[in-house]
Amino acid sequence: MQEVLHGVEGFMYPDEVELQWSLLIVLYPYITGLVAGAFILASLERVFKVEAVKPTYRLALLTALAFLIVAPLPLQLHLGHPERSFEMYLTPHRTSAMAMFGFVYLWYLMVVLLLEIWLDYRKEIVILSKSKTGVMKWVYKAMTLGSDNISPGALRVDDRVGYVITVIGIPSAFLLHGYVGFIFGSVKANPWWSSPLMPIVFIFSAMVSGIAAVLVIYVATTLLRKEQVDMRCLDTIARYLFYAFVIDFSLELLDLVHRIYEADESFHTLDFMVHTRLYVSQIVIQIFLGTIVPLLLLAATQLARFQEAARRRIYLAASVLTLAGIFAMRWNVVIGGQLFSKSFLGYTNYKLEFATREGLLPAIALLILPFLILWGLVKLLPPWPSKEAAA
Amino acid sequence: MRIWKDAGHLIRLALLLGMLVVAFLVIRRAVIPEGFGRYGHFRPAALEDVRAHPIHFAGRAACEACHPDVMELKQKGKHAGLSCEACHGPLAKHAEDPEVKPVLPKVVALCSRCHEANSARPKWFPQVNTKEHSGGESCEACHKPHKPKFGE
Ligand code: HEC
Ligand code: HEC
Ligand code: HEC
Ligand code: HEC
Repeated sequence: MQEVLHGVEGFMYPDEVELQWSLLIVLYPYITGLVAGAFILASLERVFKVEAVKPTYRLALLTALAFLIVAPLPLQLHLGHPERSFEMYLTPHRTSAMAMFGFVYLWYLMVVLLLEIWLDYRKEIVILSKSKTGVMKWVYKAMTLGSDNISPGALRVDDRVGYVITVIGIPSAFLLHGYVGFIFGSVKANPWWSSPLMPIVFIFSAMVSGIAAVLVIYVATTLLRKEQVDMRCLDTIARYLFYAFVIDFSLELLDLVHRIYEADESFHTLDFMVHTRLYVSQIVIQIFLGTIVPLLLLAATQLARFQEAARRRIYLAASVLTLAGIFAMRWNVVIGGQLFSKSFLGYTNYKLEFATREGLLPAIALLILPFLILWGLVKLLPPWPSKEAAA
Repeated sequence: MRIWKDAGHLIRLALLLGMLVVAFLVIRRAVIPEGFGRYGHFRPAALEDVRAHPIHFAGRAACEACHPDVMELKQKGKHAGLSCEACHGPLAKHAEDPEVKPVLPKVVALCSRCHEANSARPKWFPQVNTKEHSGGESCEACHKPHKPKFGE
């Protein structure tokens, strides 16, 4: 009894002492956020015709796919019995927001992402299915679905359909991540989560993290290939990162001001929590290092003129800090929402384990996995004009 | 009909998706349990499965039928609200066949489970620092488990 209650302060109901939603549940909104954000960046080029970000269009799509494939894994690892997740589709539970997420996910994966990538790459797939040999030839052949029609007419059709799918894809990306916010925001018993602003804040923070991730991946892959970073592209991405961030920050401030002014019965408890148990992750990492510093860095590049190399470093620093800040935000939502008692009279602790099923080790593995998948995808569907083809 | 010629790959894709949907529907038919959803979002046979679980608790009424003395004593004391098996543990086997002797609870561990002083417990609830309070003696040296208030 006394060991169990270690770290408990004041009064907790028995089922609140131990946190049920672990670090893995922190990963889930983080990863889906990266998916939605990366896709929205890709659609900038396609729908809003922002030519400058073209070099990242395909990379952003593949990044979104790589992370989308990993997105359900933390949930399955947390729940156990991954084979049962299929039952969600067999016997849909229409009144459960969590169960319906399966359909949102499937829609986004099958109808939006895979289709858009396929249409965009069809020409290369057909060409590769003819030039490759061995197993890979058959892989590409299968991907052509047996049609090697890449006449200008066919490509025009692809372009049209691809455009329509991107247009459908934007609200879908909002749905995907807004939905994650909705799952938290609709828990009315929990004042830390219950807010109609939650889905909107989630969407904008998703855009911020996704754009930052693509920026880092773009610079990293370009340098790895020993190519020149396209500064016009980088400047544009950074500008959009800045805009999205300003909106995100204003929304979070709005939420904060609203809570402070409303000061309902939960306020003192939550306020105390933010100043004690969440101090480092919320105030230091999320707000200061993860929001204010990158915002100032990005604002500086908008106002003053810097050398290219300096700009690149500033963008990278701002993006990395942003990624850490958004991770802290997910952490504070998920873990913070479980640290206080619904009686508002006590607090518990979250003890992160290491090499257990829901520990730090599997979480790190799950964050590395999308990069391995991305590496495979890039090999399969090169997002940049291949040197092979040029040679 | 140029458009159909150039959209041939899309028709193939649509056919593929159609096949996937059909395959899904076939699998769905095959694996959904009989009568799913008849009483709610579960399979009706689950009720039978649950009913087949062995019963562990006999319930307070059963104990009181054979132990009226304990019941009477307990009813007058502060523990009147507690169920017998809250302290004695599940005793369905004993209630069915009294020859199966129940193991008596370990007193100090049992009492401390509810009465050990803890700031997370509501203030009104009687609690003591057992070590200081009992001076190492077992609780039933001074308290009757079934009618615990001292001096009653
Ligand atoms: C069918 C009648 C019957 C029922 C029902 C019954 N008991 Fe008993 N119980 C007995 C008999 C008979 C004894 C043995 C008396 C003796 O040996 O002095 C006994 C003995 C006990 C003992 C003492 C064992 C010991 O070592 O001294 C406990 C404790 C006990 N019962 C608890 C319970 C509880 C709790 C329940 C309810 C779950 C219960 N009994 C239900 C008949 C019953
Ligand atoms: C607060 C916990 C508690 C509850 C509730 C409780 N008991 Fe007991 N009971 C004990 C303890 C402790 C002992 C053993 C005392 C000992 O070891 O000397 C005991 C002993 C007994 C005995 C053995 C002989 C005796 O009378 O001391 C019987 C029979 C018994 N209980 C029956 C019951 C029945 C029937 C009920 C429900 C009406 C009940 N008990 C409820 C704690 C409890
Ligand atoms: C399942 C939890 C539980 C267990 C086990 C339990 N008790 Fe109690 N005890 C209670 C409750 C509930 C009350 C009644 C509190 C009230 O209503 O004031 C109570 C009341 C008491 C009181 C009266 C306090 C007062 O002054 O009002 C004493 C003394 C006591 N218990 C001693 C014991 C002893 C000794 C044991 C071990 C044999 C024991 N209890 C085991 C729950 C428990
Ligand atoms: C040496 C005799 C003695 C022993 C042994 C003893 N108690 Fe007591 N207990 C008392 C007396 C006397 C009172 C009533 C006076 C008081 O409230 O301090 C009492 C009161 C209590 C109360 C009520 C306190 C309150 O705030 O109303 C609880 C609960 C209690 N005892 C539990 C236990 C438990 C549990 C044990 C075993 C670990 C135990 N006692 C062992 C003598 C004893």
